[in-house]
Amino acid sequence: MTDDKDVLRDVWFGRIPTCFTLYQDEITEREAEPYYLLLPRVSYLTLVTDKVKKHFQKVMRQEDISEIWFEYEGTPLKWHYPIGLLFDLLASSSALPWNITVHFKSFPEKDLLHCPSKDVIEAHFMSCVKEADALKHKSQVINEMQKKDHKQLWMGLQNDRFDQFWAINRKLMEYPAEENGFRYIPFRIYQTTTERPFIQKLFRPVSTDGQLHTLGDLLKEVCPSAVAPEVPMPEVCSWLPTWLLASSAEGSHLPSLWRDWEEDGPRLSQQGAENRRNQSPGTETRLLHREKSA
Amino acid sequence: MKAILYSQRNEGPVPRRPTGLCAVSVAEHRCGPAHPPRSRRGKERRNSSGEWQEEGVRGRWPPKAAPAAMPSSALWAVDLFGRVFTLSTAGQHWEPCRDAQLEFKRVSAARDCCWGIACDHQVYVLVGASDVPIRCQEEAYENQRWNPVGGFCETLLPSDRWPWSDVSGLQHRPLDGVALPSLHWEWESDWYVDENFGGEPTEKGGWTYAIDFPAAYTRDKKWNSCVRRRRWIRYRRYKSQDAWAKIPSEDDPQQLPDPFSDLSVGGWEVTDEPVGRLSVWAVTLQGKVWYRENVSHHNPEGSSWSLVDTPGEAVQISCGPHDLLWVTLWEGQALVREGINRNNPKGSSWSTVEPPTSENGILHVSTGVCVVWAVTKDRKVWFRRGVNSHNPCGTSWIEMFGEMMMVNVGLNDQVWGIGCVDRALYFRQGVTQSELSGKTWKVIVAGREGDRSLSGSSFSLHSAGCFFGNEVRGSAESCGPGDTDASWEVPGPASSPAGLRGKESWKGPSHATANFPEATDLSSLRLLPLGLEEPDSADCHALWAWVSGGGCAVEAHTTLKWFTTQSGLCPSVQTLSLSITPAQTAAWRKQIFQQLTERTKRELENFQHYEQAVEQVRNARGTSSSRHPSVWVKTGALQWWCDWKPHKWMDVHVALEQLTGHDGAQDSILFIYYVVHEEKKYIHVFLNEVTALVPVFSEAKHSFALYTPERTRQRWPVRLAAATEQDMSDWLTLLNLSCCESRRMHGRPSPQAIWSVTCKGDIFVSEPSPDLEGPERRLPCDQMFWRQIGGHLRVVEANSRGVVWGIGYDHTAWVYTGGYGGGCFQGLASSTSNVFTQWDVKFVHIYENQRWNPVTGYTSRGLPTDRYMWSDATGLQECTKASTKPPSLQWTWVSDWFVDFSVPGGTDPEGWQYASDFPASYHKYKTMKDFVRRRCWARKCKLVTTGPWLEVTSVALRDVSIIPESPGAHGSGLNIALWAISDKGDVLCRLGVSELNPEGFCWMHVGTDQPFTSVSIGTCYQVWAVARDGSAFYRSSVSPSRPNGDCWYHIPPPPKQRLKQVSVGHTSVFALDENGNLWYRQGVTPSHPQGDSWEHVSNNVRHVSVGPLDQVWVIADKVQGSHSLSRGTVCRRTGVQSLEPKGQGWDYGIGGGWDHLSIRASATRAPRSSSQKPASKQNGQPPSVAGGPWQTPGPVCC
Repeated sequence: MTDDKDVLRDVWFGRIPTCFTLYQDEITEREAEPYYLLLPRVSYLTLVTDKVKKHFQKVMRQEDISEIWFEYEGTPLKWHYPIGLLFDLLASSSALPWNITVHFKSFPEKDLLHCPSKDVIEAHFMSCVKEADALKHKSQVINEMQKKDHKQLWMGLQNDRFDQFWAINRKLMEYPAEENGFRYIPFRIYQTTTERPFIQKLFRPVSTDGQLHTLGDLLKEVCPSAVAPEVPMPEVCSWLPTWLLASSAEGSHLPSLWRDWEEDGPRLSQQGAENRRNQSPGTETRLLHREKSA
Repeated sequence: MKAILYSQRNEGPVPRRPTGLCAVSVAEHRCGPAHPPRSRRGKERRNSSGEWQEEGVRGRWPPKAAPAAMPSSALWAVDLFGRVFTLSTAGQHWEPCRDAQLEFKRVSAARDCCWGIACDHQVYVLVGASDVPIRCQEEAYENQRWNPVGGFCETLLPSDRWPWSDVSGLQHRPLDGVALPSLHWEWESDWYVDENFGGEPTEKGGWTYAIDFPAAYTRDKKWNSCVRRRRWIRYRRYKSQDAWAKIPSEDDPQQLPDPFSDLSVGGWEVTDEPVGRLSVWAVTLQGKVWYRENVSHHNPEGSSWSLVDTPGEAVQISCGPHDLLWVTLWEGQALVREGINRNNPKGSSWSTVEPPTSENGILHVSTGVCVVWAVTKDRKVWFRRGVNSHNPCGTSWIEMFGEMMMVNVGLNDQVWGIGCVDRALYFRQGVTQSELSGKTWKVIVAGREGDRSLSGSSFSLHSAGCFFGNEVRGSAESCGPGDTDASWEVPGPASSPAGLRGKESWKGPSHATANFPEATDLSSLRLLPLGLEEPDSADCHALWAWVSGGGCAVEAHTTLKWFTTQSGLCPSVQTLSLSITPAQTAAWRKQIFQQLTERTKRELENFQHYEQAVEQVRNARGTSSSRHPSVWVKTGALQWWCDWKPHKWMDVHVALEQLTGHDGAQDSILFIYYVVHEEKKYIHVFLNEVTALVPVFSEAKHSFALYTPERTRQRWPVRLAAATEQDMSDWLTLLNLSCCESRRMHGRPSPQAIWSVTCKGDIFVSEPSPDLEGPERRLPCDQMFWRQIGGHLRVVEANSRGVVWGIGYDHTAWVYTGGYGGGCFQGLASSTSNVFTQWDVKFVHIYENQRWNPVTGYTSRGLPTDRYMWSDATGLQECTKASTKPPSLQWTWVSDWFVDFSVPGGTDPEGWQYASDFPASYHKYKTMKDFVRRRCWARKCKLVTTGPWLEVTSVALRDVSIIPESPGAHGSGLNIALWAISDKGDVLCRLGVSELNPEGFCWMHVGTDQPFTSVSIGTCYQVWAVARDGSAFYRSSVSPSRPNGDCWYHIPPPPKQRLKQVSVGHTSVFALDENGNLWYRQGVTPSHPQGDSWEHVSNNVRHVSVGPLDQVWVIADKVQGSHSLSRGTVCRRTGVQSLEPKGQGWDYGIGGGWDHLSIRASATRAPRSSSQKPASKQNGQPPSVAGGPWQTPGPVCC
């Protein structure tokens, strides 16, 4: 029996094996060994890399250390993107483990935000959650929560406690039975090909004539460039969780989607076939569902 | 004791030899009057081909493969052509009425029937098709007197009664003189002798003896028995269900000179005696008002019309569901009937209400429970403010928006109207108990099926069974042309119809008719169809003439699909259906899950040795658990019902800590920190030891009880209370998740699960472990883990093929959908699909007590020693109308307080019961010695929750039993036998129940001579039942090919006891009497399935369930634990084996507060070989004494 909970768990416990190496130009007292870690897909880089920082700081002089930042194949990694998103967006076609270069100097002010402490991450995370709830419930749910609930949500993410996180998060994912879903679907589509950092629009889960929308509908409306025919069905096992495939070699051509599929269930599969035909190779799309990833 | 062939009307010919059993032949030589009476034989010959098809399904056999329909009721309407349509609350299409030959002017619907006036001005009634026939018993007594010459003979003394008489002896009643009341009835069988005398079988042809007429009769003939009599019975059945039955107007030509012009039914809430009583009121063209006498469920046509005088000429009449009755007069005023009550449903007097404006009189009124809507001659709509039972006239008129031809108030005071100009149907949106006038008019845009074929004769076939049936209709032409027409979605009633251009042309006739209301009814409507007949295709939306919502239940949680055009799908397909969703969902979800698993494998397989980025935080507390990595999950402040005396709620701090064991298994500990005498202490509970978490909703506290085996033995659970409902639900959900997690329990319960219900209606399921009934090392009962499933039920019964049925407190039947969660379990603890809205209704009773004093008579001033003047049944608690709250916060009131007349012992016309003093036995009439009196007030409350249940429509149930899977017969493709007792006591057998269609298709009625209360079917199709008189019955020859069996055998109850429940396992038959005694049926063999005698097993039993392995489980009434006494405890019979099916002792499990249990799905069988082994030492123990965990080894076999 496949269960929501199993899916949620697998999403939560998604890990990316990563190899951290110190940037060659960094000055070290002795040679820096690479550092290997399993990074949670749903977390943030700066939240889970204390160990990395410690590891490399050991071989460096105190005066050479300033704010840590990460880079993959020349692209500075934005810490405020979820790790899974960064990986799928930039590195899903490369072989595992994911090779990340660690910098302590020349912070790219243009590309990255500073992350002086975990409080900044928490503030960013909470603002994402609040924004999502504004779309879903006119902020009613998040506003009704107590401070300790917010804290529990954050601590759940920080300490990688699934139950702790979901005990609160489920309230954010509920909607009244008489309605067909949230007010709007909170999502962002990230693409490497475009100049814009992401696409975000208002999108209702139900069409004006009462039909439930699918993820395909959303893509068609919001990001038509991502929609083109000719991906044969057998190759793509299913359009929906293609982001799950994205890290495989052949999967790199497929749109990568972050989406909470629990919302409108079986109907998505009914239109799946149609959407499969409409997928475009060469475009990388990410639909970010905030609760999952933010 | 004897089992006697209990003769039963057309139950078919000489009973066939049943499979595996040989009931009849054995019965015939074992027991006395095995031959049915001669008269019955004659019937058999005539009837030998009828068999059981005739009995129940009546032409619907074989049942069509129809998926489950949603619980629905229907709106009735008549279009301008006089065609009658119904619109289901679950549907999107108007269904044409089956009897298309008749054209109607008016219809007035109730829940189960619809009355109408056809164009021939005759009154017709259509009784909805039901699986349970309407049948009435006719009886006659044969009286004889003994004389020395010929013995007993028909020659009576001149002063004696008739040789054939009614029960009183006053009326002559020869058998052939008893006639059918009308053409719409048929005899079910010929006359036969009733051999059951007060639960006891009689000998020698059913004679009962007495010294003289009239006297007390006994079964046994004595030396002084000079007279005897016996009872003959015969059933007649209403045969015109699902068809318009003409009400004969023959009565008296003098009295009914003119045709009817309007009619209204209602009043079903005034009284429920007799069952299904209706008030039917009609108005004739001459303006007279008539009342139809004696309309009830068993007499759907009523008996006669009686004239009710009115002070003016009546034009139109409207009768609400309760006691409101309004009439419009020719002059434009309204008459209001006063004095309608249960003793006088016709009312006593009229009072007049003036129209809102003097220039425009009232044209039309419609009444609900506490509303009146009216239309005046200028077509304006008015709402009458302040109407209720005490003030049926109301206070003032409020003008509403819109112009209507007519309005109609239906159930729950919902309102429908027909637009004045467009003749479209409007529904008043937003009508609630607090806002009875609603918000807006919303046009109903449901399409009509088969618009063209209406006049064709093929039509009636096409729509057969459309009314209340469960069938899915073909949808080829369902998309009527009206659906696509834009003019449908008109914003308000004022726009003009497509067929009639311009307002002028329409306003004209409407004005004309305004002054002559009758003309509207009789002539103008007749003219319109002529003009419109032709362009049916062009004018594609229906023009309505009349609407009736009296049978249409729309509530707050009802979602109607009437207001949007459908996308071509047949409405029924979109309704909730059990068989479609899970498979699709499963495939879809499976795929995602698979891919997730693949991804995890790909990304992690070769990198398992990598370090985790986030280490699990170690527990810094330094308690004993610090050896394991432990993490804080949830803490909070709760209240705890402390373990020591005086017991009270004390504030505690609670923390749930989750830990991962060395084997990766999760476990959690619940810490409860408290302070006593300024000393900090704590207790802790390992969640893998928790056996049940039971929510205890009370008036004041949101609390729950937590059981462990030890706590179960003590009968003293850990009770915790939260400040808010949400807080409690959070804790309960989290604790439940943690418990399931530590026991690795996921998803839906297995088909073998043991289901139970608590007295609060909560549903608990336990997975039987393999050694639950195993031969060695049995799992003690108190270690079973019970987890809650959402929903609210009174009875739940399961079968090992996964079919589970439940019955609510309001007798609604529910079928399990395969989901889990719901109720207070949200999020992860609940399945996403298969959880639906569920509801239940029950009554809260309080008592009004009065004492008599010589000055003022009965008053509410009692003696100082008396009970509260408003109290509960015991008199110990004060319960006033104002202070009494619904049973818990989940319940809300849905009615006002009303006097309950149905209390045992009966009441006087005002509901009082009299006694000499409190507390004493009460009687219905006041005598000289009665100084106190009381009456019972009831108030209806309703609970709405969610759970994995879908309503089984059509028949309300009292009891249900599903055949247990016979061991070794797994995977047989046969339908699953399911028997039930309806709330009226009818025995029913469900056809078409299977794993894929757990709801089945339809009921088949099994005739009985009296109402039944309990039924049970064993693995070999042995059906046992208990009748209301306390005796048992065995149904012979039930088999897959003959699902309703053959005939009943009467089994007398144990001496001086009245049985109330029976349960049949593989071979064992256990019954329970009203005094809590459990009886085992001795001598049951395949060749003699009725057995010989009852043997006492135990007392102190509330409910018994015998499983497919003949395991016996009960709900014990009282069990004493070390700390407390619990009432309603799950117990297993120990030491049950083939040679000792009665078992030896009891093993005590979870309780108290448990009400019902079904072990009948638990067919997990001990290895066959072990069943032959003799059991090792057994411990017997009387059940009223509590014991520890009961470790009696003992195989269960059959």
